[in-house]
Amino acid sequence: MDRLPRWADVALVPFVSLTLAAIISALVIVAIGQDPWEAITVMVQGSVMNAYGWGYTLYYATSFIFTGLAVTVAFHAGLFNIGGEGQAQLGGLGVALTLLFIPWPHWTIALVAASLGAALFGAAWAAIPAYLQAKRGSHIVITTIMFNYIAASLMIFMLVDVLRPPGKMDPATANFPPATHLPSFNEIPGLNLIFTSGVPANVTFFIALAMAVVVWLLLWRTRLGYQIRAFGKSEPAARYAGINPTKIIMIAMLISGGLAGLMAINNVMGEAERLLGNSASGAGFIGIAVALMGRNHPIGVVLAALLFGFLFQGGAELGLWTKIPIELRTVVQGLVILFTGALDMMVRMLLVRIFALFRTSRLEAA
Amino acid sequence: MADPAYAIELKGISKAFGPVQANRDINIAVPKGTIHGIIGENGAGKSTLMSILYGFYKADAGQIFVNGQLTPIPDSQSAIRAGIGMVFQHFKLVQNFSVLENIILGAEDGQMLNSSLSKARKELERLARDYELEVDPDALIEDLSVGHQQRVEILKALYRQADILILDEPTGVLTPDEADHLFRILKGLKDQGKTVILITHKLREIMEATDNVSVMRRGTMVATVKTAETSPEQLAELMVGRKVLLEVQKGAARPGEVVLSVKDLRVRDEHRVERLKGVSFEIRAGEILGIAGVAGNGQSELLAALGGMQVATGSVTLKGAVLPLSGAGSDGQSRRSAGIAHVPEDRHHHGLILDFTAWENVAFGYFNDPRYQKSRLFMDNDAIRADTERKMAKFDIRPPIPTLAAKSFSGGNQQKIVVAREMEQNPALLLIGQPTRGVDIGAIEFIHNQIIALRDAGAAILLVSVELDEIMSLSDRIAVMFDGRIMGFRDPETTDERELGLLMAGVAGKEAA
Repeated sequence: MDRLPRWADVALVPFVSLTLAAIISALVIVAIGQDPWEAITVMVQGSVMNAYGWGYTLYYATSFIFTGLAVTVAFHAGLFNIGGEGQAQLGGLGVALTLLFIPWPHWTIALVAASLGAALFGAAWAAIPAYLQAKRGSHIVITTIMFNYIAASLMIFMLVDVLRPPGKMDPATANFPPATHLPSFNEIPGLNLIFTSGVPANVTFFIALAMAVVVWLLLWRTRLGYQIRAFGKSEPAARYAGINPTKIIMIAMLISGGLAGLMAINNVMGEAERLLGNSASGAGFIGIAVALMGRNHPIGVVLAALLFGFLFQGGAELGLWTKIPIELRTVVQGLVILFTGALDMMVRMLLVRIFALFRTSRLEAA
Repeated sequence: MADPAYAIELKGISKAFGPVQANRDINIAVPKGTIHGIIGENGAGKSTLMSILYGFYKADAGQIFVNGQLTPIPDSQSAIRAGIGMVFQHFKLVQNFSVLENIILGAEDGQMLNSSLSKARKELERLARDYELEVDPDALIEDLSVGHQQRVEILKALYRQADILILDEPTGVLTPDEADHLFRILKGLKDQGKTVILITHKLREIMEATDNVSVMRRGTMVATVKTAETSPEQLAELMVGRKVLLEVQKGAARPGEVVLSVKDLRVRDEHRVERLKGVSFEIRAGEILGIAGVAGNGQSELLAALGGMQVATGSVTLKGAVLPLSGAGSDGQSRRSAGIAHVPEDRHHHGLILDFTAWENVAFGYFNDPRYQKSRLFMDNDAIRADTERKMAKFDIRPPIPTLAAKSFSGGNQQKIVVAREMEQNPALLLIGQPTRGVDIGAIEFIHNQIIALRDAGAAILLVSVELDEIMSLSDRIAVMFDGRIMGFRDPETTDERELGLLMAGVAGKEAA
């Protein structure tokens, strides 16, 4: 098959896919008797046209960057980690245990400790499927999916029976001590000139961006990343080169689970300031779409996470200000995933043909 | 319009895959009742041309005449109806069906099989008598040797009343004896008036078996000559487009100390079947030990065990130091640091990561090399790229672009990337499997010279190849493997293909070990 020019591969294919998804979304909105133009106006207005909207869009995007990077690292090792959701929930447990039982003097130290706790718990949750894959050949897709369910049950048990403060009715931990409060954008000097009202986006956003850089360095600049990528491309070749499959599977999954767990810094420590049930609220799954759309490259993941942040926030605005039900947000997300992920090849082949046509007509003209 | 004296006549056939012109204005005429060779390097367009003739591809332009009649061949069913049969390089047989069942597959007469089977059995007896094509009709394919499986493929074509038989690289998997038998069968077919088209890259087979030969180079037909009026040298020059040396130029070996000593090496596969059944040998510095044998007789396992890709038992010492054969210290990294370089048999699955760039592949297996590190944490990608440029210049790898993906190089240049990477380590021992498989003649000459140069620099070399010519011309000593054992050692100066062929077939020689 012919190849596309690089700019078309990186920019045009996603653009066409997104346009198709938008067109079908508009048709769906028309079908339920609403005005698609109004919908898109409300979505854009409420998510990226003012600081308040950005404060939410970036908050969602932060979570998606972590889970998207988690899927990316595993993907380069040839492993499809679908367990981001469970790993992120366990990350939340790590954050809660770190913050509830140790009195931290300042949020910076608490942030370091909670990050370690989140990453450690997330990694531990990924370690069991990784071990089963490496040693027993149990397929990681199956085991990570099952571990999402186990994680959900474990969290219910922890919140209802262990961590719920006496006398409280809701399955949630107590609030974290005020000293561990992370600065939101409206509390950061400089940024607070733009973000004047309270928004959930917080310092974790910068950690997420830093992690994107770290993942890029890891994969393309270190020996470990080289081995991960080589193993992911060809296991027999990796064996020939003396790369230990067990070691690579374990390390890649630990990093992946750790990244997914780190997401809890954003939502559990930064926003809710206590651990609630279903804390990851789907971000683990969105991470798969984000990684897919971002072509498993950290830059692509950050951009795709911003797009999904926009869809999340804009979708919420739809439910708030129009008669369009908030569930439509799920429909739009589904279409975006369908077109950018599953139907990517369809769009690509179409473009390849169009480019080939141009090329022949140019040749004939010459 | 066309001459009916020709069984096949192709006029102006062109076929492009995207920007690649695989066939350009091909004209060829194959007289009835002859064996016609088509020879050319990999990628010259031989297989594309035959796929067009058999209806797998549709030509962009051109016409096909069969027995003088213009015959469009849009699919393989039409090819079969036109009397064309094809024997593929990779057999298309159902492994757990009997010979008879395979032969009627797709040519059954009705819903019930019994009548077809008994008709096929009679027909098979006749064909076996006429053409020296004996096979047990009730044997299962998986129990047959490769040579017999090939006969089944030929029988399949004849059962479908093929008058024109195309064979694509038929001898790649055969012992010399089996190949000789095949050529006798082909002669018999010719005597009965059938036409045979033989595609190969082996000059010797062309000279032995064909009446006429057509030479292809880069998608064009450069010449068609009578075999009796040409020479291997002339054909090689036509194929490559320049003069090539077919003989390897090498001086006598000056063996030094024992470098590799292998005693009672055994390997079991994942089904616990023993594939290597107690192999013992030594290789000295400055010596090439060639392992001859039909593919699948334990050579791959031998390379894998020595290269650290496979767990084994027995004892192996390198320059006196014991090499662990399982557990810690038995992986590819330990082997490399012990001074063993390994050009694996299968460059696509083992030697290269096809999606990686050329420079990433140059570091493959040597990513721990201190020269490639910037710090404890980071690799020095610039240093690897510079090293790649140097290797590309030295080994004449084309195009010399380190950032190009390995899959974008031709087979010969891919192999040169692997060979350059491994040989430039100055290993004490080089393991090299099928060094020139799928490599064009020009690159074969180059790789052979590099192997000799490394030997003369004092390395011990273990060469595994299914090409007997290659083993004969490169080795200082030859070991023949059959069924996981070494059947015997021979001196290439005093042995011949016949003797080696018998050993390869498992017939023990007088001094078999």
